[in-house]
Amino acid sequence: MTSTIRCDIVSAEEEIFHGAAQMVVATGEIGELGIAPRHAPLITRLKPGQVRVILENGEEQFFYVSGGILEVQPQVVTVLADTAIRAKDLDEAAANKAKEAAERALANRTDAIEIAQAQAELAQAMAQLQALERLRKALKH
Amino acid sequence: MAGGREIKTKIKSVQNTRKVTRALEMVSASKIRKAQDLMKASRPYARLMRQVIGHIAKANTEYQHPFMVARTELKRVGYIVVSTDRGLCGGLNSNLFRRLIAEIREHTDRGVEVDVVAIGAKANAFFKRLKVNLVGSATHLGEKPQLNALIGVIKVMLDAYTDGRIDQLKLAYNDFVNTMTQKPTIDTLLPLPPSNGLTNTHEWDYIYEPGPEVVLDHVLTRYIESLVYQAALENLASEHAARMVAMKSASDNATKAIETLSLIYNKARQAAITQEISEIVGGAAAV
Repeated sequence: MTSTIRCDIVSAEEEIFHGAAQMVVATGEIGELGIAPRHAPLITRLKPGQVRVILENGEEQFFYVSGGILEVQPQVVTVLADTAIRAKDLDEAAANKAKEAAERALANRTDAIEIAQAQAELAQAMAQLQALERLRKALKH
Repeated sequence: MAGGREIKTKIKSVQNTRKVTRALEMVSASKIRKAQDLMKASRPYARLMRQVIGHIAKANTEYQHPFMVARTELKRVGYIVVSTDRGLCGGLNSNLFRRLIAEIREHTDRGVEVDVVAIGAKANAFFKRLKVNLVGSATHLGEKPQLNALIGVIKVMLDAYTDGRIDQLKLAYNDFVNTMTQKPTIDTLLPLPPSNGLTNTHEWDYIYEPGPEVVLDHVLTRYIESLVYQAALENLASEHAARMVAMKSASDNATKAIETLSLIYNKARQAAITQEISEIVGGAAAV
């Protein structure tokens, strides 16, 4: 029997893969990584790309991740995949929006219904902006 | 027949109320399943994330991330408060807020200031009225909260912690125990609690790509995000459970009220008939 390494791939919303593998290949930030059993402990960020898992019987499985974290322990490989498309400036924009929402709510304390409505609209606008951003990213790939 | 019509209208209106509460109860009963499924689906991520963080805490890192170092002085505390967007869910929000207020008062008595970010419309409305510093808010997460919607508020707090504007970060939410019980919970997110005294058999450290600062920063940020996301899901399940229970008791109360009112109505009707008969009899006797 060939030696194997346990491999877990999860995203915040679901478990994607779980099982034994001969080798796991992923796109790290610096370059392609091939993880074989008894690899030294390693931790890295993943770039958007595919994670290839070579199963015990030599079969290959592919998973697409849009970024995340890869952690290697001698007997375990863990891939924590991001579901949301992330970028530094996008995160920054989201933070600013959260602050603005709070400030706006504080500014007009008078009419609670108006605030609720304005916030609903703001949330919608945010969602649309994010969708646009995602589309733009997807086109770039 | 004194007030017969009024009682009848009253019965009608209570019946209508019962229809609404019944409907709400059933809607919540079906939504609770979905919320629980979401909660279960996100558990593997949280579990593996904790495992990785546990490994990191045990590793002999040459670099100490600010999130892992406890501050000596406590000047300002940040709270992330997860609440519901809608009401009619019993004492779910008020119980949580009451606990929070007690904690906040303790802090202010000791001269420690408090910053709050609100998740959910109820927390937003509540903290707006108080004299606390509301620094961010996210509302209307819907039935399927997305991490995207939470990134903003989390980043506000993490930035505040990194810049030293707050010295501790806490998370307040309702923990879903089961349908009947939801526990108001306040957890400490930052600084990360130190790893429990496992003595290392041998010293080891990770290979970091590209470097320890970048990677640890990334991992710890994701860790905090996953905790807040999990809290949002727990709170959602709690909301539906609490609403279901509240609406069930409201429906039961309405049924009871209808029974009492019907009894009063029938008695009034009977009294009126009796009175009429005795009047007729009295009239006949007089003739």
